[in-house]
Amino acid sequence: MEYERDFLRHLYRRMVTIRLFEEKVGELFLGGEIPGFVHLYVGEEAIAVGVCAALTDKDYITSTHRGHGHCIAKGAQIGPMMAEIFGKKPGYCKGKGGSMHIADFSVGMLGANGVVGGGYNLAVGAALAAQMRKSGEVAVCFFGDGASNRGTFHEGVNMAAAWKLPAIFVNENNQWASTTPYRTTNNIEDIADRAKGYGIPGVVVDGNDVFAVIEVAKAAVARAREGLGPTLIEAKTYRIKGHFVGDPEKYRTKEEVQKHFTANDPIKNFAQKVIGAGWLKQADLDAIHAEAAREIEQAVAAARQAPYPDDSELYADLYVEGVS
Amino acid sequence: MRTVTYGQAISEALREEMRRDPAVFVLGEDMGVMGSVFGLTKGFLAEFGASRVIDTPISEAGFTAMAVGAALRGLRPVVEIMYVDFTPVCFDPIANQAAKMRYMTGGQAAVPLVLRAPGGAGRRNAGQHSQSLEALFTHIPGLKVIAPSTPADIKGLLKTAIRDDDPVVCIEHKLLYAAKGQIPDGEHLIPLGRADVKRPGRDVTLVAWSRQVGFALEAAGILAGEGIDAEVVDLRSLVPLDWDTLAASVRKTHRAVIVQEAVRRGGYGAELAAQIGEELFDSLDAPVKRIAGLNVVSPFSPALEDLTYPNPGTIAAGVRETLGRQP
Ligand SMILES: Cc1ncc(C[n+]2csc(CCOP(=O)(O)OP(=O)(O)O)c2C)c(N)n1
Repeated sequence: MEYERDFLRHLYRRMVTIRLFEEKVGELFLGGEIPGFVHLYVGEEAIAVGVCAALTDKDYITSTHRGHGHCIAKGAQIGPMMAEIFGKKPGYCKGKGGSMHIADFSVGMLGANGVVGGGYNLAVGAALAAQMRKSGEVAVCFFGDGASNRGTFHEGVNMAAAWKLPAIFVNENNQWASTTPYRTTNNIEDIADRAKGYGIPGVVVDGNDVFAVIEVAKAAVARAREGLGPTLIEAKTYRIKGHFVGDPEKYRTKEEVQKHFTANDPIKNFAQKVIGAGWLKQADLDAIHAEAAREIEQAVAAARQAPYPDDSELYADLYVEGVS
Repeated sequence: MRTVTYGQAISEALREEMRRDPAVFVLGEDMGVMGSVFGLTKGFLAEFGASRVIDTPISEAGFTAMAVGAALRGLRPVVEIMYVDFTPVCFDPIANQAAKMRYMTGGQAAVPLVLRAPGGAGRRNAGQHSQSLEALFTHIPGLKVIAPSTPADIKGLLKTAIRDDDPVVCIEHKLLYAAKGQIPDGEHLIPLGRADVKRPGRDVTLVAWSRQVGFALEAAGILAGEGIDAEVVDLRSLVPLDWDTLAASVRKTHRAVIVQEAVRRGGYGAELAAQIGEELFDSLDAPVKRIAGLNVVSPFSPALEDLTYPNPGTIAAGVRETLGRQP
């Protein structure tokens, strides 16, 4: 498969932006500048970026508690993302949502979610709206291996399959549901096997290979747009950082984590492939990296300077009229 | 007496009851290997084994209903829902199954189940991880509901709840887990439905539960400096309610100020205010007052979150208003 150079640059830019953004957020959280808690997407960048590369601005995604990567991949701006994570007024949600609730409806990002498994049927609903309006849009639901055990998975996939809705279910099997290893709460190796029970395609893909992800996502999107119904994609990956920033990670060894990261870093995989194939040069990648780093520094500086929401805004957006 | 944290008191209660009765077991997410996200079941897996310390999948509706089924067969499950905000995802087993079994079967069934769930704001955890939802449970006949505020109270009440033959919802507060307090040595049980007067006083009755008890006591301290003598009644148990203790206090002080962290509208404080109004109208020298959370989603931004629930200052201000005093 050949890819346009601009497209390759775009992929790298998004993946590197996610990586640097997450590393920065982790650092700021430990430095006490970010309230609440944050879950980082380091090491899983190829999944969000690969899937979103197969979508257009008109398509939708629903995300999870680990949502920063999905936002960036779908085209959200990092300035308002960072401001939101700081709880500041120029944030995407005016400081009212924070890390776990970032949304940018203008690019089809229908929101992160603090309730694990809360997103399936929202995506199914977006797919229903697309089908009713014959808009040709598709809706993607990202979800974790832990989330696959919520009953909402069954209800959502079944409805989408029965009615051939343009929904795509993308499992990010990073092997861990907070401290619980995947295989201790599941009797099958591949979540994708469940697809058979709903009469839809189930595909396993290397979630650390952005090109592989793009190809399965394109096929799923084509199927959905043709009115043939949903696909269940299982992207195998590994959670590199703790469940949340500050997680003591007593349930696994540093060596295990390092082994996965060294052997299978999606960004390194990408660089090796594009340089090896002669598609891009190291200098191209370095320039993109520097640009992303600059953009993040600017976002941090702006978020630090930004005001907190004013007391008078407390009730704004509770109802369409505001105050209760 | 010993000094322990609220979290340690919960661990002690669970461990002692599991040692005493093999029918008692705990289940929930990350309970075993991790010892629960708040560290409350550390060491349990080694002592009691995986069959009694169950690491569940993220299947709240499933494992809560499973616990109801196990309780129907005579086991005594203690379910942990990681945040009370997630109880709506398993509300059917709680509200329609556990709560109603005894009654609907004409007394054939018993559901000796405890459901523990931490709630509360103040950790910048935003809309889906900061709620106080006790009123959802007090609204359902058939459920008992406790919301203790000190290590000694949670230990004594949780142990009793585990031995109780009805489903009991234990509302904990995330920001109490590290709070320290004195706890009696040896076996320590507190019956459900007994309030505790945490501070006697003459001028006004402050009614509170869970984390707001500490705030009410702080407010009483501030008010004492102004010559106002507030009595603080810690309900500890919401259902059954210790009406006698509450009524005796209001009859003595002639004024009731109810403090709750939960949003004002439809909160348990509204039920208390109504009961006081109905039963004690002639004893009152001032309208019953509620100091409560605002009717809003918990905002993430620290600047806004701090406005949304009571603190010692707002409680003291409310008491002054009830007494017609200037600050
Ligand atoms: C309904 C519900 N139950 C429990 C939680 C607490 N919780 C937050 S993230 C998480 C683990 C999620 O694991 P997974 O779905 O595999 O996603 P990952 O964190 O690995 O990305 C848990 C248990 C929650 N937020 N919502």
